[in-house]
Amino acid sequence: MLGWEFPPRIAGGLGVACYGLVKGLTHHGVQVTFVMPLRSGQEPTNAYRLLGANEINIPVDSTRTITFWRQVRFYGVETALGPYLEQLERPILTFDAVPEPVQEATPTGPFRLFFTGKYGADLLDEVYRYAYAVSFIAEREHFDLIHAHDWLTYPAGIALKRLTGKPLIVHIHATEYDRSGENPNPTIREIEAQGFAEADLIIAVSFYTRSIVVEKYGIPPEKVWVIHNAVLPKDRQPIERPARRRKVVTFLGRVTYQKGPEYFVEAAARLAPRLPEAHFVIAGTGDKLRSIIHRVAELRLGSRFSFTGFLPPREVEQLFDLSDVYVMPSVSEPFGISALEALRAGVPVIISKQSGVAEVLRYALKVDFWDVDRLADLIYGVLRYPAITRFFRRFAQDELSQLQWEKSSARVVQAYKTLPS
Amino acid sequence: MRHICLYFQVHQPFRLRIYRFFDIGQSHDYYHELNNRVLMQRIAKKCYLPMNALLKKLITRHTPERFSVAFSISGMALEQMQLYAPEVLESFQDLHATGGVELIAETYAHSLASLKSEAEFRRQVARHAQTLEKLFGARPTTFRNTELVFFDALAEWVADMGYTAILAEGADTLLGWRSPNYLYTAKASPKLHVLLRNYRFSDDVAFRFSNQGWPEWPLTAEKFARWLRDLPSHEMLVNLFMDYETFGEHQWPETGIFEFFEAWVDEMLKDRDVRFVMPHVAIADHEPVGEVQAPKPLSWADSERDLTAWLGNDMQQDAFDSLYALEPLIQKLPPDKHPDLLRDWLRLQTSDHFYYMCTKFFADGDVHKYFNPYDSPYEAYVTYMNVLADFRERVEKAQPA
Repeated sequence: MLGWEFPPRIAGGLGVACYGLVKGLTHHGVQVTFVMPLRSGQEPTNAYRLLGANEINIPVDSTRTITFWRQVRFYGVETALGPYLEQLERPILTFDAVPEPVQEATPTGPFRLFFTGKYGADLLDEVYRYAYAVSFIAEREHFDLIHAHDWLTYPAGIALKRLTGKPLIVHIHATEYDRSGENPNPTIREIEAQGFAEADLIIAVSFYTRSIVVEKYGIPPEKVWVIHNAVLPKDRQPIERPARRRKVVTFLGRVTYQKGPEYFVEAAARLAPRLPEAHFVIAGTGDKLRSIIHRVAELRLGSRFSFTGFLPPREVEQLFDLSDVYVMPSVSEPFGISALEALRAGVPVIISKQSGVAEVLRYALKVDFWDVDRLADLIYGVLRYPAITRFFRRFAQDELSQLQWEKSSARVVQAYKTLPS
Repeated sequence: MRHICLYFQVHQPFRLRIYRFFDIGQSHDYYHELNNRVLMQRIAKKCYLPMNALLKKLITRHTPERFSVAFSISGMALEQMQLYAPEVLESFQDLHATGGVELIAETYAHSLASLKSEAEFRRQVARHAQTLEKLFGARPTTFRNTELVFFDALAEWVADMGYTAILAEGADTLLGWRSPNYLYTAKASPKLHVLLRNYRFSDDVAFRFSNQGWPEWPLTAEKFARWLRDLPSHEMLVNLFMDYETFGEHQWPETGIFEFFEAWVDEMLKDRDVRFVMPHVAIADHEPVGEVQAPKPLSWADSERDLTAWLGNDMQQDAFDSLYALEPLIQKLPPDKHPDLLRDWLRLQTSDHFYYMCTKFFADGDVHKYFNPYDSPYEAYVTYMNVLADFRERVEKAQPA
């Protein structure tokens, strides 16, 4: 299995989903080797194997290298920075970790490549370096199929398939259209299209995403399975919230076009005068953070807002414990796993109708992302009428208990079985 | 006869720590204790102590009649000296005892309260004056406002509080064709004398001294003395106002700033007609030649001499308005029952917090970055607003039923 993120090195839902899926597959007896760009050594491993591309020894073998590049390097790597890089601009809230120093590969004998495992400015380079390193496990590792998550690992997946002839499953957690709207980065879009074309089977995280794959990439629908994400059970019950005067309304996610942070701010502007107890939190960073902060200041709402910057998983939990309602106004959200995490923590959620998670949650408040007035109404209702919270908490917990990774993974195993071995 | 009036501003803010959302309601500890301590001690070593020693030497050498200076030491700086560097306070007390130092009143918190609330402004000026009396036995008669902010209504308040002189920026908009090298009065309050900063000569020392790109670099004592000597003989009062941290901090010791200053004073005083005077002496010895008026507030900052460095963008205005929205609640607190809230109320008013949120990061930005604990104005704003959210909760909780 090829993926860019795995706990604790996660930037968003991708890493969380990969973790849940790997645990679920293991439960069903699937032996998983998860290959990530950089293994930090702190990943929670037991029943499955973790391998870092940074640990793969690459022989000094020019023939192989040349062959590899001929087979795999189908696009130039010189390209404008992808919009995926948005969050990687210099963090404006320096709560993020500092980048690691670059190490040079040893010039003689087998060498290893350096990876940041992040979405840095040389992301495309890193994607191809990853593919190159991963290609060397073709003859060293035994495996029956290749499962690649998102475009970042598609070149590697394609390389492995071409070298071994094993079936390739590509899993789509977010398309370039989700991230960039109607102006996709052409290089990334091409990598996605290539991945979809070469795959034996595609797994989309929602019907919403499947329709994008079919419509925007021209993929026959029967090739695309929908398998919804799930959520791992929490090791503790939702805490009883002490009665506090301050009510916390939370936005969590990358502060980018895709996540719709501006709709959150505009809804807050409508609510602020009527809900003096409401405090709004924007947790995350991204290319829109500065303009969002400007807008909040312009609305003179700074005293009603907090910006936390990027939060590690432990602090996300902490934030949910403090939140009275979770709002996900995404413009385009393939799934939105954080809504499940919020529910798991006992926080009522308001999600946009343009999100995959809306397909699996009946007991969530749903709103069109652009309908700021409606969004404001719903937030008001959740905060002022506790019966809503009680109702959703009770039913959402039942609903959540159905959304288990064991179930989703069983469907994945089903999908695997349709492939020629 | 030529008088030079030297005034130095001594101020250090209580810088905030990275106060996060998770801290709201949990921790009421807002300040970067370590940072503040280390900075105060470093500046003490590099600037306050050596420069105080040099001034004392010069006062002794030339007598207070010929060489004296003025200081404004903000309440924030005094508190930090007491907390982190008591020897600095002693050193200032010692220097003041020479008789060659006039202490000037300002707002205790080095705040911009004058722009928002006359009542809060008056309270802070009174508090600062009381502190000067307590620590130095001084009763100030001269006033300077934070960042030399000056406007007509302010002149009335200051005169009403019994001050006889105020310091202001010798801004072109205030003076028009006139020279700053005279004594003026405030049109709004004719009894109040106005001493205007000669920004050209002041900034030659404060900003340009070590700038090798400046055509006049290096600035020697002889050259600077000659410029002052060459002024028309009827321009008899030259006001050089600057941050005290110019000596040893903004201009490092390696630039020769200390040697320059000493040599320049000696050079000037070779001329028997020259005296370095304190503001209260200057207003006694000179006749006002005209009036100044400022319907809109002026400051000494940047090329615009306006308030945009503190209140120029939405973040700054939002933070400033949100802060002063708390004033009525603060006033309702039972007096003396909440010293911690009052302490934070003052510390949060310090102008530096708003300065850190400035987005004018160009020509003037170099100065803005000095001692700025934040990587970006956004971070400064976010941190400040988090602190304010917690502070507001505490103030609301403390309201009498």
